Amino acid sequence: MRVAFVFGWQMSRKIEGTMSSPVISGATAHPSPASSPAPAAEVIGVAKSFGAVQALRAVDLTLYPGETHALLGENGAGKSTLVKILAGIHLPDEGEIRISGQAVTLRSPLEARAHGIAVIHQHPTLFPDLDVAENIFMGRQPRGRFGQIDWSAMRAEVDRLLAPLGVGFDSSTPVQGLAIADQQLVEIAKALSLDARILIMDEPTASLSAREVERLFAIVRRLRDHGVAILFVSHRLEEVFALADRITIFRDGARVITAPASDLTLEATIQHMVGRQLQTLFPKEPAEIGDVVLRVEQLTRAGVFHDVSFELRRGEILGLFGLIGAGRTEVARVLFGVDRADSGTIHLDGKQVSLTSPAVALQLGIGYVPEDRHRQGLLLPFPIASNVTLPILPRLSRLGIVNRPKERDLAAEFARRLQVKAAGVEQAVAALSGGNQQKVVLAKWLAANPRVLILDEPTRGIDIGTKAEVHHLISRLAVQGLAILLISSELPEILGMADRVLVMHEGRITGIFDRDEADQERIMYAATGQARIPA
Amino acid sequence: MTTLQPSAQSRSARLAAVAGSGQFLRLLARIREAGLLIALAAIVVIVTVQAPRFLQISNLRQILLSVSILAIVAVGQTLVVLTRNVDLSVASSVGLVAYVVRDLLRDHPDIGIPAAIAAGLLIGALLGAINGALVTIGGVPAIVATLGTLYVYRGVVFAIGGGELITASEVPQGFRDIALSRPWGIPTPIIVAAAVALVFAYLLRSTRFGRELYAVGSSPEAARLVGLSVGRRVFTAFVLCGLLCGLAGVLWGARFGSIDARAATGIELQVIAAVVLGGVNIFGGSGTVLGAVLGAILLGTIQNALIILRLNQFWLQAISGAAILLAVTADALITRRVRRSLVVRLRR
Repeated sequence: MRVAFVFGWQMSRKIEGTMSSPVISGATAHPSPASSPAPAAEVIGVAKSFGAVQALRAVDLTLYPGETHALLGENGAGKSTLVKILAGIHLPDEGEIRISGQAVTLRSPLEARAHGIAVIHQHPTLFPDLDVAENIFMGRQPRGRFGQIDWSAMRAEVDRLLAPLGVGFDSSTPVQGLAIADQQLVEIAKALSLDARILIMDEPTASLSAREVERLFAIVRRLRDHGVAILFVSHRLEEVFALADRITIFRDGARVITAPASDLTLEATIQHMVGRQLQTLFPKEPAEIGDVVLRVEQLTRAGVFHDVSFELRRGEILGLFGLIGAGRTEVARVLFGVDRADSGTIHLDGKQVSLTSPAVALQLGIGYVPEDRHRQGLLLPFPIASNVTLPILPRLSRLGIVNRPKERDLAAEFARRLQVKAAGVEQAVAALSGGNQQKVVLAKWLAANPRVLILDEPTRGIDIGTKAEVHHLISRLAVQGLAILLISSELPEILGMADRVLVMHEGRITGIFDRDEADQERIMYAATGQARIPA
Repeated sequence: MTTLQPSAQSRSARLAAVAGSGQFLRLLARIREAGLLIALAAIVVIVTVQAPRFLQISNLRQILLSVSILAIVAVGQTLVVLTRNVDLSVASSVGLVAYVVRDLLRDHPDIGIPAAIAAGLLIGALLGAINGALVTIGGVPAIVATLGTLYVYRGVVFAIGGGELITASEVPQGFRDIALSRPWGIPTPIIVAAAVALVFAYLLRSTRFGRELYAVGSSPEAARLVGLSVGRRVFTAFVLCGLLCGLAGVLWGARFGSIDARAATGIELQVIAAVVLGGVNIFGGSGTVLGAVLGAILLGTIQNALIILRLNQFWLQAISGAAILLAVTADALITRRVRRSLVVRLRR
């Protein structure tokens, strides 16, 4: 499976070569870090612990003006802690931060900002009720003679900042309606307006489509060429190699290596991150493929997706790939009875069914693990046991009263089977790591004993080690005879896991590939709406 | 690049749609106020057909007069609600100030009317500060904290006044003139309420403080990240709300013939009704002074119309409640419709 990953990296180069607009050039000449004598920021021997957990152990990191520096590591490696220290959210226990050679103490986000540090979080923290201009200038709006806000000056300034970013909104657009990608651009515009010299981006591409990623990277490269120091945290290694000049890898709170990106191979990078020889990243085991369980014909939801038809068999993993906005999740929502289709039919075991609500879908044996596990999949403050048994409470109750011991035993059984790392099934889900939360979501739907399982981005935002476990789990479920629809934005994941790959583009199916004919180029062409691979 | 043409085109269409959605959402914000005006106009037309004297100047003056005190408190409540909080103690605050100011002028008429007014405003601000401190320093949820002070403040009035009634003849006429005088033929409370509405509309629209109240209510987390002290803004909102309750209390004390410890009991629900009807988001972050004032006027107009039409006064509560439900439901439905049509447009 290493092949898939290496290939993925070449693929991203390919995307760059074919897709980028003339403004974006992949390999811009820029001053090498070694020739820039004065670092923009230095992290020296910084340590931080939370209770008994040592999050960072004496890490060093140097950022030079005009470099893009990627920070990699598994979840819990200490990346976020370092980002939060630089953002002024946490104070280090030991060590020193220097900005332009001066030792500084960053006590608050405001102080970090005053030192020229701008942070863009994975989920931008903006004011949804206010417009773009106010979001950029909140707390420091330009004022007129009587102390009143100078709205026209503010709007003009924001429009000036937005112009070079090539965005589809303006200063007076309410943030409420903006996509996450656009919200990130608002944050970037804010950084520009603050004249930030250090830009820190924490997983900025996690929710972006390929095109949005390209646009973001083009802007980031331009900032870099203007001498901004950029620290970039990501799980998507292909992107890291496409963008980063240097790479620093953390493991278990300590720095493992800092090296120019050109000196690291993808393989070496992953090995540094996980600290162990990587076996198989996507361990799809051969499963016996049985009869058709789910048949979808000409399914249409007006304006969202059209004429979607496919079959899903016992023991099969059907990958569903598409760029953000292709309509994958929307199809899943109809299959789970959340939304209604306008036309088309759904057959389960050859019988036409009408999925009018999730409860009906559940009863018919369809499980759905949603993409946004925080909002749709889990009750975070509740214990693991309550989360796992939520869909099957009626089965565990008599006369409306839940049999608690039975609930606990059942939850414990699934937690054990899925290897959820927790103190016990009474632990609150909020306290678990992302990977373990995802396992709880899986346990929840498996407890309902479904025949068809829809997994929407099951490994988004979880680290490589846990990812492999989740993949292993999915594979085992298929072996046990479950029919699985796997929605993913990660090509390597789809290629590694799926028996067949369904590709959607703008609400339509643009390709169906068997495992042996599926490759990255074919899928990508289908996903971008190109009819065929040009000669 | 040629192979990308179709997608690039649809992308630009999408971007245009997003830009268009901005205008759409902005329009939406105005829908509530427009809706209130339409509802108001409809009521006026219907009632006037039935009873032409509804539209007489004297009656319109009566409506605005009866609404003015409510409107002042509604402005104060708007400030608090914008920050994701609520002040249930406003009626008790108004009652306390109204009674104390009268009590003061009866027992010490020589301190003078301006001093009595100042005392009323100060007491109001103090009551607001107590609420604000409970919420921001004490960390008590506003709905609980102000439910507590609702009873405490009312208890204080009873402790001061007992069952005693203070009649009009016991206070100087000059004090009563605050509410009864009519410069240019307009009752003073209406002028005061209009001034308050204008000042606070400007404050919310055009000052950093005002915008920061929206920011704090829209996303406290984001507010903290840009260095705003959420606690301080919330505290200030409560103090200003208390101050406006003090002002309303002074007007209440001046306007009504005799006052006892039950003064203004129960108006907090009318005030919150006006604010919600006026489109101020009960979860903070959006809403305007204009909306809240229109909400108060609509409620006052309905009340007046019931009198004019000789309908049972007891219907008022049911009708006010129905108006709120209608307004909020219509709002939610329209918003959802627009969102959905937007999504469809974006996907196409």
